[in-house]
Amino acid sequence: MSKRIDVKDLNVYYSKFLAVEDVNINIEARSVTAFIGPSGCGKSTFLRTLNRMHEVIPGARVEGEVLLDGDNLYDADVDPVTVRSQIGMVFQRPNPFPTMSIRDNVLAGVKLNNKRISKSDADSLLEKSLQGANLWNEVKDRLARPGSGLSGGQQQRLCIARAIAVSPEVILMDEPCSALDPISTLAIEDLINELKSEYTVVIVTHNMQQAARVSDKTAFFNIAGTGKPGKLIEYGETATMFSKPAEKATEDYVSGRFG
Amino acid sequence: MTNATLSRRKSQLTKGKLPRYTVWVVLGAAVVLAAAVSALVGFSIVSWTIFAAVFFVAGATIVTATVEGGRKATDSLATYLVYGCFLLALLPLLSVIWTVLERGLPGISYDFLFTSMNGVTGAVDNDAAENGTPVLGGAYHAVIGTLQITLWATLISVPIGLLAAIYLIEYGTGGPLTRAITFFVDVMTGIPSIVAGLFAAALFGLLFGPGTRTGFVAAVALSVLMIPVVVRSTEEMLKIVPNELREASYALGVRKWRTITRVVIPTAISGIASGVTLAIARVIGETAPILVTAGFASAINWNVFSGWMSTLPTFIYYQILTPTSPTSIDASTQRAWAAALLLILMVMLLNLVARLVARMFAPKTSR
Repeated sequence: MSKRIDVKDLNVYYSKFLAVEDVNINIEARSVTAFIGPSGCGKSTFLRTLNRMHEVIPGARVEGEVLLDGDNLYDADVDPVTVRSQIGMVFQRPNPFPTMSIRDNVLAGVKLNNKRISKSDADSLLEKSLQGANLWNEVKDRLARPGSGLSGGQQQRLCIARAIAVSPEVILMDEPCSALDPISTLAIEDLINELKSEYTVVIVTHNMQQAARVSDKTAFFNIAGTGKPGKLIEYGETATMFSKPAEKATEDYVSGRFG
Repeated sequence: MTNATLSRRKSQLTKGKLPRYTVWVVLGAAVVLAAAVSALVGFSIVSWTIFAAVFFVAGATIVTATVEGGRKATDSLATYLVYGCFLLALLPLLSVIWTVLERGLPGISYDFLFTSMNGVTGAVDNDAAENGTPVLGGAYHAVIGTLQITLWATLISVPIGLLAAIYLIEYGTGGPLTRAITFFVDVMTGIPSIVAGLFAAALFGLLFGPGTRTGFVAAVALSVLMIPVVVRSTEEMLKIVPNELREASYALGVRKWRTITRVVIPTAISGIASGVTLAIARVIGETAPILVTAGFASAINWNVFSGWMSTLPTFIYYQILTPTSPTSIDASTQRAWAAALLLILMVMLLNLVARLVARMFAPKTSR
């Protein structure tokens, strides 16, 4: 499990508006890559192109190639549903399905696709996923309760459990901790460190300490001004990016002298 | 110690406020004054109430204005005006319920609920009026007709309405088709019910020969009235399903149609169900479209596909307009009021069911 992602000359559009311009990036398998940059610079937009969630928005489209272990996600014959079942996503705001119990939320990827699964398999998948998301001990006595009854941090870990239950190759996280308190954030960061051994993780974050703590490599995105497209300014080892970046803009941003 | 001293003196924060009982004092004064004034112009309950209301609102505002100031006075004026409008709006409702209960209740009996008008002639009614024998005949056939026709109307409109709303919200991209559907749904909302009835009658007249009148034709007429209501309410409910849930489902590799059936609709089902029930409640009381499509029957007819049918509204209409016995119309009037009561009870029951359904399906949020 876990595949690498190579992006070649990617342009991302919202209708006619070019949102992200000319991105080239190679994301290693079994590593954590963090995207940082100011608001509106296209980090999340770019992240969403990595599992074809971008095109869910009317008018949104992409030019260029995204290769998952060499296979282009944007080939004409590729079914976005196949892509998304291999590249999971965790969103900024925890979004468990309100009509489902904790158990059904975790098994949603299986059940919603009407795959047959025996009860014992379902139980072991449930436990494995919740263990994987560090949530098992907290919810094992109330699996039949609604998922929306959990705290924000628990809900976000439930969403991570839901994402890993479909055993994806890659997990994308779009600011997964921005709605959480420091303790839940710590729990999720620990979890990201553990996920790294099995999955390729890509995380968008506004918190530079978080990027420094969890990621192996960091990509810095920036925009020249409003209405201009976002660009990938610099990409490198996290340690280098935060100590002696090559670009002036990166140094200004990571040292807080931005703007 | 400081606490003890503090509690003894009056709080500075409540200075210049009227005591709570002021409202009741003003109300009492207004009622007494109103009695006096209305006695001058010729006493009646109505004039007394109106004067009391006016004096109370004016008095309360003036008292508040002098003691508490302009902002509070405006607040109390607005508050009492809102209460007044609420009572005024409630008045006709209470009056209708009271009248229907008063006149309809004597007519409700086992006989009324479970027999039809088959074989009940003017002679029977005359007999009841002259010799005091019980009023025979009932609305059983009309109850069956109402339920059957409404059921079929629901069976036709709910799938069409639901799918149209799903198309508009989930698939429509704001193109010409979406705009056309929205426009025609809006137009359909405004169709007078008799036009819907004539449409159904004409349609079936063309297809199966003129004068085709069955319960099913009436159901088609009612569904013309029902579909826009179902589309509108379902649309609103689908709109408020957060997009994050759809995205969460897509991100798990779930197809769009399955996302709609398994995530979006279950999340919105409580609102959709209550919308459908309210749409049913809206058409169950229709009279005009039934008259031109289902005709009128006095015997029980279970088959919506052949033969004329009655519903409670048409039953009421005919009992009042053409009493069974032209010489003693009391029996027919009593039956009409009882049927009206029955109809109101059915609609109330439906609204109750809508609430229960909404509560039953509501997303669970308890810990």
